[in-house]
Amino acid sequence: MSTILSELAAGIPQTIGITLASFVVAAVLGLPLAVLRRSEVWLVRLPAVVVVEVLRAVPPIVWLFLIYYSLGSTDQVRLTTFQAAVIGLGLIYAAHLSEAYRAGLNAVPVGQWEATRALALPRRQMYARVILPQALVVVVPPMATFAIALLKDSAIASVIGATDITFQAVQLTQQDLNGLGNFTVAGLLYIALGVPFALVARGADRVLSRRLVGS
Amino acid sequence: MSMLSEWQDYLPDFLDGLGVTLELTAVSLLVGLPLGLALALAMAAPRRAVRWPAILLVEVGRGAPALVVLYFVYYGLPQLSLTWSSFVCAAIALGFTTAAYTADIFRAGINSIPVGHREACQALGLSHSKELRLVVLPQAIRVVIPPLVGFCILLYQGTSLAFAVSVPELLSRAYSQASITYQFTATLTLAGLVYGAISLAAVALMRARWPRRAPTVAGAALPPERPDRTNPSWETTSERRER
Repeated sequence: MSTILSELAAGIPQTIGITLASFVVAAVLGLPLAVLRRSEVWLVRLPAVVVVEVLRAVPPIVWLFLIYYSLGSTDQVRLTTFQAAVIGLGLIYAAHLSEAYRAGLNAVPVGQWEATRALALPRRQMYARVILPQALVVVVPPMATFAIALLKDSAIASVIGATDITFQAVQLTQQDLNGLGNFTVAGLLYIALGVPFALVARGADRVLSRRLVGS
Repeated sequence: MSMLSEWQDYLPDFLDGLGVTLELTAVSLLVGLPLGLALALAMAAPRRAVRWPAILLVEVGRGAPALVVLYFVYYGLPQLSLTWSSFVCAAIALGFTTAAYTADIFRAGINSIPVGHREACQALGLSHSKELRLVVLPQAIRVVIPPLVGFCILLYQGTSLAFAVSVPELLSRAYSQASITYQFTATLTLAGLVYGAISLAAVALMRARWPRRAPTVAGAALPPERPDRTNPSWETTSERRER
């Protein structure tokens, strides 16, 4: 058990790296997608809707293949497996997170939006100082849930050859044929890595419910 | 234009692959749904010896990546001198993952039945099995169907993982065509279009049928729908019922 763990541990930095980098990409790109989807102008709304729906309608593994073998293997662009995985998973989860952001924005009471308009706040200040601080607290628990999902989906990067936990487990199994042991440890490792995110979600949930009771 | 003519050559092979994909989806559901319901009932059982193993299975099934579960079955079972085809391995693994995810959906459905109904059953002296069969499950089924349909779409996409154990499904066909012709862009785009077209059509049908629900296609796991005091459209179905 401990020997398996020490072998698989070689993949932990890659798994955590892919997960965190993709999450940052997703968190940054997801917000504008959510804001655009709420636009009253359909010409603005439509492209955002199409992007989100298409990103989610195709399996992650197909996106990674397209990005790694097709877009990332030309003469001009050479992507590493890590880069391809982060771009692919980052884009897919941007679509997912935009839904979470949208729910957060919807949770800000209409009166707050109206008040910013009554005060004639410029659009940037409206979002930065009034809307987002209120929306983001609501968004934290679903974001943590998506982070766990992303951690699990990062295993897919092993299929294009990223040297993560799953990749190490496959390599090890091809040497020692101990699939039961190796993949049990790998599975437990993923579950353990997800625990911090779950704690964040629970903590934020507690803050949220306290706030709701207070108001 | 050249891509279109290439697609014509690929199409028959890809449609065969799509057949395997759909078959794998169906078999995984046949394995996973009854097991998921059983796990949900076991999780609600009064006895700890029944409840805890069920909770453990569901937590592991939802917590470990589906790909790791798939490899566990594919590389692990031969150690127990069980050698099955890669299709059977994929069906077992995806079936187990399906069971874990749907167990949670079923449990939420069962919990959405007002307590009064179960108390009424006890007051009438109905047996536990009659209480479930005649009162709880018929009501729970209606609550769970929309999220189950959403999960089916996820599962359909998830069967692409079976590529990793070389089940000849849609993505495998695309990849093997590409490794012969080196046309990665053309083959993978066509595969993506086939996956996407069916997923989008299914999502559109689902939204037409259950318009009030939040969109349900998500990569791996859905965050639980959270009740939101300010916006009634985000109420969970169970809350709406209680009112």
